[in-house]
Amino acid sequence: MQWASLSEFFAMGGYGFYVWGSFGVCAATMVAEPLLVRHRQKMAIRAIRQSQDL
Amino acid sequence: MINWFKFSAPSTFYPLAGKLIPIFWTLAALFAAVGLYIGFFVAPTDAQQGEGYRIIFIHVPASWMSMFIYCVMAFWALMGLTFQTRLSGMMSSALAPTGALFAFLSLWTGALWGKPMWGTWWVWDARLTSELILFFLYLGYMALHAAIDDPRRADRAGAVLSLVGVVNVPIIYFSVTWWNTLHQGASVSLTKSPSMASTMLWGMLLMALAFWAYTIAVALMRARSIMLEREGNTEWVKHLPDVKEAV
Amino acid sequence: MMLLSAYVAALRRDLLLVMRRKTEVLTALFFFVIVTTLLPLGIGPEPDLLRKIAPGAMWIAALLATLLGLQRLFAADHADGTLEQMALSPEPLSILVAGKITAHWLVCGLPLVLLAPVIGLQFDLPTDAIGVLMLSLLIGTPLLSLLGAIGAALTLGARGSALLVSLLVLPLYVPTLIFGAGAVESHIAGLGAAGHLYLLSALLVLAAAFAPWATTAALRISLE
Repeated sequence: MQWASLSEFFAMGGYGFYVWGSFGVCAATMVAEPLLVRHRQKMAIRAIRQSQDL
Repeated sequence: MINWFKFSAPSTFYPLAGKLIPIFWTLAALFAAVGLYIGFFVAPTDAQQGEGYRIIFIHVPASWMSMFIYCVMAFWALMGLTFQTRLSGMMSSALAPTGALFAFLSLWTGALWGKPMWGTWWVWDARLTSELILFFLYLGYMALHAAIDDPRRADRAGAVLSLVGVVNVPIIYFSVTWWNTLHQGASVSLTKSPSMASTMLWGMLLMALAFWAYTIAVALMRARSIMLEREGNTEWVKHLPDVKEAV
Repeated sequence: MMLLSAYVAALRRDLLLVMRRKTEVLTALFFFVIVTTLLPLGIGPEPDLLRKIAPGAMWIAALLATLLGLQRLFAADHADGTLEQMALSPEPLSILVAGKITAHWLVCGLPLVLLAPVIGLQFDLPTDAIGVLMLSLLIGTPLLSLLGAIGAALTLGARGSALLVSLLVLPLYVPTLIFGAGAVESHIAGLGAAGHLYLLSALLVLAAAFAPWATTAALRISLE
């Protein structure tokens, strides 16, 4: 373990912006993608229901 | 012998995928947890690049996945063109956006790594350039697929394109490397760090496995949506529990 | 013999059609001339700089010029049903397609090769470098037509196909551009152009073997 404190962990030895910029965007897109797909699934189901009701 | 073609029918594949998705989400979370732990707490500080090198734990796996997904897409394309299965085209088009995402992530993290290490956001390095072209190949596939209205035709046209692409990827990589050496471009290599500790390798491998499980989970989810969109008025879709029960 | 006559017939038909609408030949050619003429105006007239960028600039201009005519390669025949007749004919469609691709090269590629020396002089290229440039274009432009035909066939009947062709085809053009422009550059640098030209020729052989086949597959899909 090379981190003495939490703030040191977030600073990443001065590379904080780059490291967290990479990991942050990666995490954000990988959360957003499944949510978008789930939305698509819901829309597909809704479209099928509407066509059935008609 | 198991009849594999049975699974290629959307009506059997849909519930099967539904069972597999949670398994792959769990796998992705587990691999990511261990991989991130190794990446941030076990792997030592790099002698030359300090803590900045930790970007490697997503940069390299993302690049691997972007290339691997393209090959898998081409595999499904070949299956689709030879066996005329509906599932193959759905799988190809379900994988493409995720592949493009990984190509983008590879470029993004590459830029964020290049800035502190080389002092510039972008270097016309052979690997980065090939990754950019791969990104364009993904965009081309998705644009072509979206531009053709009939989904079956879109699948088959996309299949031909991804096969042409997969033949060209090695040629493109070779030509870009050749071009790079001719022009004496950036000689600093991203991955060839002199002190490549084995913990680093393990971290990268685990993150790659996490991305792999993530890709399967998301692609299966998207394939399910595509099935519903395309086969909305068939009997098996109408009797799905997902469709019947109220939201 | 049958195959050869089918090939020649398809080639002659396309050339005849083009001769009746001469603007199409001239579009690609004018584009090439305009881009290469505007470039020094945008960059500056220093001969050293121009000589340095000449191979890349001329290759990019040639690449974009061939891209211009691509979309029309199959569009008219698709619209009036000729393509369907070709697919139904007893001759293999790939032979007819090969004829059409050759016609495209004769109309869009070959004029660029012949015009290259004039443009090369504008960029102050030495005579032997102009020779290498012409040779690289002679090997490279058929390659552009072959690869472009795949893109043109795939986008047939798709929405916004003009833009789509360039998106599909440009990544595939990368090796051609690199080896083509690289041949001239390494010749000027005194390294010899042979390696690049051999690689370019190898790519041409590969594309000539597979591109008509892939184009045919794509055409059959869009005819479904």
